[in-house]
Amino acid sequence: MLKDKDRIFQNLYNDLGSDVISSQKRGDWINTKEIIDKGRDWIINEIKNSQLRGRGGAGFPTGLKWSFAPKEVGSRPHYLVINGDESEPGTCKDRDILRFEPHKLIEGCLIASYAIQAHVCYIYIRGEYFIDGQKLQNAINEAYEKKLIGKNAAGTGWDLDIYIHYGAGAYICGEETALLESIEGKKGQPRLKPPFPALIGLYGCPTIINNVETIAVVPTILKRGGKWFSSLGKEKNTGTKIFCISGNVNNPCNVEEEMSISLKELIEVHAGGVIGGWDNLQAVIPGGSSMPLIPKDKCETLRMDFDSLVAEKSGLGTAGVVVINKDQDIIKCMARIARFYKHESCGQCTPCREGSGWMWRMLERMAKGEASRDEIEMLEDVTKQIEGHTICAFGEGSSWPVQGLLRHFKDEIKKRNKFDPVVKENKNIPYLVDQHLLDKNA
Amino acid sequence: MSLRRPAKNQPEKFEFNSASLEAAKVIISKYPKGKQQSAVMSLLYLAQRQNNNWIPLAAMKYIAKFLDMPYIKVYEVATFYSMYNLSPVGKYFIQVCTTTPCMIRGANELVDACKEKISKNQFELSENKSCSWTEVECLGACVNAPMMQINDDYYEDLDKDKTIKIIDKILEGETPKPGSYRGRINNEPENNRKTLMDLKNA
Repeated sequence: MLKDKDRIFQNLYNDLGSDVISSQKRGDWINTKEIIDKGRDWIINEIKNSQLRGRGGAGFPTGLKWSFAPKEVGSRPHYLVINGDESEPGTCKDRDILRFEPHKLIEGCLIASYAIQAHVCYIYIRGEYFIDGQKLQNAINEAYEKKLIGKNAAGTGWDLDIYIHYGAGAYICGEETALLESIEGKKGQPRLKPPFPALIGLYGCPTIINNVETIAVVPTILKRGGKWFSSLGKEKNTGTKIFCISGNVNNPCNVEEEMSISLKELIEVHAGGVIGGWDNLQAVIPGGSSMPLIPKDKCETLRMDFDSLVAEKSGLGTAGVVVINKDQDIIKCMARIARFYKHESCGQCTPCREGSGWMWRMLERMAKGEASRDEIEMLEDVTKQIEGHTICAFGEGSSWPVQGLLRHFKDEIKKRNKFDPVVKENKNIPYLVDQHLLDKNA
Repeated sequence: MSLRRPAKNQPEKFEFNSASLEAAKVIISKYPKGKQQSAVMSLLYLAQRQNNNWIPLAAMKYIAKFLDMPYIKVYEVATFYSMYNLSPVGKYFIQVCTTTPCMIRGANELVDACKEKISKNQFELSENKSCSWTEVECLGACVNAPMMQINDDYYEDLDKDKTIKIIDKILEGETPKPGSYRGRINNEPENNRKTLMDLKNA
């Protein structure tokens, strides 16, 4: 288990208070000026050395992302945008940072803004987190009062303004270009890439977008050194991570742990075990709903980091671990996730808009045992036609969980759905597309 | 995608009151000059708060003029995002999360409680007209499942009985205390904390 002194978010459970004075006692805002005096290149290099990867789901190296920002500020200003649109089912880590560790985030904003030469930072928070957003706003006001941000922020000579922008209940705005559209006051529909936001982003200006957790760990990394951070976890999967363990466990919780911790330890030690015992485990969704599930036999030895999970054809995503035990109907669980994606598709690309609803309807029927045998292959085909054929990664996000279900629980679906194709039965169901085949037989 | 339609009965006029006007000016100042369109989402929230928790078409037209942008663009935004209510909802608007992490911990019981206590169907007002409910997608409090949101507040770690008690209070016009209803503190593992032990009860 990670030592308590190596935990970055000391106030994860709000034992110490989230105001600026308590935060300073924990080490926030202590030597911000000295860090910034070391210069841009040093900061970006140190983050590169720490091998920090983005905590929002994709796991892109943060230092590398920052280095994509233009070296000189041209006619267009640079922007820093923080993505706090946490809506992935199974994930609730950013909410705790917003309400209990706001000053880590604000200090991180200052350092990151300096590194990419931005004077304005927008923090995008999902609309449902209104109360938590107000807490962050209070912290921002405190920081302005103490001159930690604003003109000559924290005595560094750098000017920075931070504004909060609330979303309004659209999952898709967690996608970075949809988020920019949303800040610009439009529907949250993702943009084509390239051009990438690092060159043409918010209002057409160079923009760097980072997750809340990514930015909130930056000050601690720079204070304790990139070496310290990279000594935790394993190569290329370094540092600590907040895991959210929800679902059928005895003590669902958020906990900060070392990267590459074993899944079994996470569930058994921190979350108090699976309800009904480890043998009652059916499957685990390791990284938020868009990552394919992992069946029990693989959970024994699984390590929670980006590369180990990719090797299991899943992903770490946002590290929202959803535990599903044998009391649950796994097909129903996945059908509900498919309904989520059907509801949240932005409607821009046809494969996703039509396919997400199609997958949901098929899964609903499969859960009830009303699907025919050939539909299982059809479902797989539909997922393949969505994946990779959309502007943003939502297509993958909606089809991967279904593919995961088909990969590991095909037998279960087959057992429940034994019908022959309708055509063979010569049934007269007028709304079916293959009705014309029946006519031929007649 | 979700289908969203404006209400049939629309008020003819809408205008910001002085408090909303003041707030709107502050919001617009957050964005660069000429980019006032960015404020449209926040202004729709203001309109919703001012107008008993829903946005009439007149408010969209008003905001379009206010921000010097086409009406259709405001309409697009208001119909795209699910948190803008396009038809009247109760003074207490309950949103029950039913996505998988909540579902496997019994969110359906919460829905049953709402059906029994408030109204059979979503978006229908309760008998005393003060309250309505709906199912929503993930609210981002998965480790506190099952949970629901009433206006701005989160009510966590619920079950059917607790939900019924909360709804009873609301129907009487009280606002119950938000947070966990199993007595746990924030997102810590209940009675099983293994980390940051020396800070506990600090």
